[in-house]
Amino acid sequence: MSGFVPAPLAVLPWRVLLLVTAIGGFGLVVLYSAAGGSLRPWVIPQGLRFAVFMVGSIALSRVPLEWWKKSAFYIYGIFLILLVLVELLGAVRGGSQRWLGYGPLRIQPSETMKLAIVLALARFYDLLPAAETRRFQAIWPAAVLIGMPALIVMAQPDLGTGLMICAGGATVMFLSGVPLRLFVGGALAVATAIPLAFNYVLHDYQRHRILIFMDPESDPLGTGYHISQSKIAIGSGGLFGKGFLQGTQSHLDYLPEGHTDFVFATMAEEWGLAGGAFLIIGFLLVIRWGVNVGVRAEDRFAKLAAAGLATTIFFYMAINLMMVMGLAPVVGIPLPLVSFGGSAQMTVLISLGILMGIDRSISSRQSSRW
Amino acid sequence: MRPRAPKIMTEAAQSYSFSRRAWLLGAGQAGLGALLIGRMGYLAIAQNEHYNLLAESNRVSMTMIPPRRGWIVDRHNQPIASNRTDFRVDVIPDRLEDKDRVLAHLRGLLGLTDEDLAQINAELEHAPGFRPVEIAENIDWERFAAVQVRQPELPGVAPTRGFARHYPAGPAVAHLIGYVGAATAEQYKKTRDPLYVTPGFKLGKDGLEKTMEPLLRGTAGAKRVEVTARGKLVKELATRPDVPGRTLRLTIDAGLQEYAARRLGTNSGSAVVFDCTNGEMLAMVSMPAYDPNTFSEGISQLEWKMLSEDDHVPLMNKVTQGLYPPGSTVKPMNGLALLAAGVGANERVFCSGAMRVGNGVFHCHKRGGHGPLDLKNAIMQSCDIYFYEMVRRVGYDKIAPVARELGLGQKFDLPFATQRYGTVPDSAWKQRKYKTDWKVADSLNASIGQGYVLSNPLQLAVMASRLASGRRLVPSLIRDPFKPQAEMLPIDPEHFRIIREAMDGVVNHGGTGGAARMLVPGISIAAKTGTAQVRRITMAERRSGVLKNGQLPFKLRDHALFVCFAPFDNPRYAAAVVLEHNGHTVRNLDTPMIGRDIMTYLFDRDRAMKSLAEVEPTWGGDIATRMAAQRATYRAAHAPAPPVVDDDDVPASNSPAVEAATDASNASAEATARDIATSGGPARTGSPEPETDSERRAAPLDPGTNPQP
Repeated sequence: MSGFVPAPLAVLPWRVLLLVTAIGGFGLVVLYSAAGGSLRPWVIPQGLRFAVFMVGSIALSRVPLEWWKKSAFYIYGIFLILLVLVELLGAVRGGSQRWLGYGPLRIQPSETMKLAIVLALARFYDLLPAAETRRFQAIWPAAVLIGMPALIVMAQPDLGTGLMICAGGATVMFLSGVPLRLFVGGALAVATAIPLAFNYVLHDYQRHRILIFMDPESDPLGTGYHISQSKIAIGSGGLFGKGFLQGTQSHLDYLPEGHTDFVFATMAEEWGLAGGAFLIIGFLLVIRWGVNVGVRAEDRFAKLAAAGLATTIFFYMAINLMMVMGLAPVVGIPLPLVSFGGSAQMTVLISLGILMGIDRSISSRQSSRW
Repeated sequence: MRPRAPKIMTEAAQSYSFSRRAWLLGAGQAGLGALLIGRMGYLAIAQNEHYNLLAESNRVSMTMIPPRRGWIVDRHNQPIASNRTDFRVDVIPDRLEDKDRVLAHLRGLLGLTDEDLAQINAELEHAPGFRPVEIAENIDWERFAAVQVRQPELPGVAPTRGFARHYPAGPAVAHLIGYVGAATAEQYKKTRDPLYVTPGFKLGKDGLEKTMEPLLRGTAGAKRVEVTARGKLVKELATRPDVPGRTLRLTIDAGLQEYAARRLGTNSGSAVVFDCTNGEMLAMVSMPAYDPNTFSEGISQLEWKMLSEDDHVPLMNKVTQGLYPPGSTVKPMNGLALLAAGVGANERVFCSGAMRVGNGVFHCHKRGGHGPLDLKNAIMQSCDIYFYEMVRRVGYDKIAPVARELGLGQKFDLPFATQRYGTVPDSAWKQRKYKTDWKVADSLNASIGQGYVLSNPLQLAVMASRLASGRRLVPSLIRDPFKPQAEMLPIDPEHFRIIREAMDGVVNHGGTGGAARMLVPGISIAAKTGTAQVRRITMAERRSGVLKNGQLPFKLRDHALFVCFAPFDNPRYAAAVVLEHNGHTVRNLDTPMIGRDIMTYLFDRDRAMKSLAEVEPTWGGDIATRMAAQRATYRAAHAPAPPVVDDDDVPASNSPAVEAATDASNASAEATARDIATSGGPARTGSPEPETDSERRAAPLDPGTNPQP
């Protein structure tokens, strides 16, 4: 293989790239159906973006690991500042705003923060002497690093992204070897905090969504409508679905957000459990590869970053699917690579680029294929 | 795992910890992934059927197709109530998203007026969300199509093509047929029948439309259509056609019905015609009336107000709900009773114009008196003194049973929600009702059809048909080919012959009804005229001269009544005409000529139509023309009232509003009776017959040339 393929290409983990392309391509097929059998308005921009980000991702894999390691805190700092700027801008314009930029160039700092927090915490635990790991010094700076962006994002209010930042950060903390009792205690704290947060922190509409999640049928035409219709779409799909372009829930507009957050339901209606299993297993394989990259890496930053980034992708998928299947409240997390929209797509492909870079840096290359 | 730093153990431990925790993490991820696939499998396989059903019920919308209502036809199968294609637009409040925008849009498309919009807004505020509110009905195809193509941008707007009730004869059949309308919220709540809230569905609200509802309704059809979440129709899947209601065939002759309605002219009155071989009702007219076509579409508040304020009570079915003292029309019946009580047909009474009973004086309508009269002449001349004297002799308790035998005070099983039956008084009745003894004055008042005697026009027509046939005819309205022949009345046929001859004399041999003489060769009409006084004439007034009816306000004028049958020698048809507060002021519009023309229609239609064509212009044209003029005048005089929403915007004839109007109208009759009952005194005026026979003869017979002022 390496005989006629240029070395930089030959080192790429082609099977993962193929898998990601397959997931993205399947996403385009679903969007084509969601548009009623049309390339417009979603397939063309989504496809172009996917191609651009894919190339970008491969380019990103050439960035040396050392650079990421050194820049981790700066990246975090820059996005934290941008996050504050967005918040201020939103306050000035009178409304919740989540992105910066002009025209088609938009940066959504809360989205990129999901990666930045992983890199920053990986760097933090990389710098932390191993002996310190089980001390309080290992915890509070991490808590501050997570807390600042998480609180700002939740205040936007974007509960889903806030939770994902926390979850990504917590994952890195967990992997770094922070005492387990901390997580058990944390879980208990969260359990006690939920009712308090429910009553004092959450916005009315968020509270409402959670209540509806508990009992979607109580409000079949209001907020519960999303969940009910999504479950109908998935449930009516059966084992192999109703067939391509045959979904009634999506084509007759009963399924809201059928091309964005609820794209999985659109897919499941037409492709059934088979299509769902394909996507879930596909994602799990990509994620497993990512975690394995971390396991194989020797550098501590690389280990933590790789496993953390892979888990971030997992959170995307898991939260979105739980929401779509009625296992979690509607929090507005898209299904990356499949949902229409550039932010999640970009985040996942940047993660993939960094993961490929780490993979490349691992000396023993013969085991780089999972 | 190469140790390379001094903190060798710690780093190794750390690396080991990472591996272990990464494995845990991976296991957790795989576990959650498996959970997700499991959950999906549960939804898509275990619950597949359930969700398939839900998806289908989303996709497929069932719309009911209101059944085509059964026609109502007359005895010759001519339609009295039919269905015509109707394009209509409704809004369903629940699905309305931006009311003001949608209404503004519809206003442009349909050309709605401010008044319409105010009405729609008021209804939208009150209507329960599921019940369609009508925007426009009976619109033309262009406008309908304009709304239909814009339906996707007008959520909640429902243009439908259906059938609307059509009554070709309009007001002429209003009180006979009734009208239809959308179901009320109560009706829907009671039945929970989705048909009741289907746009375009109407059910009977009054008259036959209401009482024959089960027969006329039919069975709704259904249309399965694929619709989007916004209610946009994608394609039709299947349609089950409706089963139209059954056709209801009446005994009515639609032509006669309409003719009679027109012939009543500007009168507030009613006419009933029977086939006196079998009791089938040929016409049943109460005028003026509302137009059931506009009522079925829903009328404006203004029109409703106009109708309810009209002193001619167009909302009341005078045939079954109007009660009147029958006046002299009871005299032939009295004659039968007197004969049965042993009074000889040739026994004479001398009429001097007045008669003293106790301390009261009873007058004959002819101040100078009729001189000596036998029964036949007394009926012909409508002499009051004869009947005062004879009834005084035999007692009214001998008369009342015959009155009942002939139908007065009787209930007839007819498909109308409300009927009033009136009174045939006797001593037992008075004892029961007023706890007082029957007095001679009561007999005298009753003998001329005044006092306690009250009857509706239907009963008067039954009386006429029983007099004509000698059979106990029972009125019927719904055609029944197996209707049994009515039995003979237990009355001497010879007595009937005498009375019929007397009634023939009323018209054809110098009696009070000469104006009713038929112009059809070979057919002669037998009749009896009557006048019912609606007020008490005081002694003071009597001294200063009784006011002529023309000088009195409408409500104080006498009622004019008329019963007849024809041909005299072989009775075929019988009729009654009752005109409220007619006062015998205009000849063309008085009972004898109206009765004659209605009868003429049955024997010589062309002659009757010609006669109508001559007289109709003298009172302002046909019904539609006059109603339009009345509406225009009323509209000009009254600013549009603020829309008020009743749940049922047009009351049925048994609703409180109409009940009140009916009561007011009947009040005069009852007041007279009560007045007499409390004072115990006689009516004192006698039966106010309009003119003597000779005076009638003096008037020109040609109806067109010189209607009597």
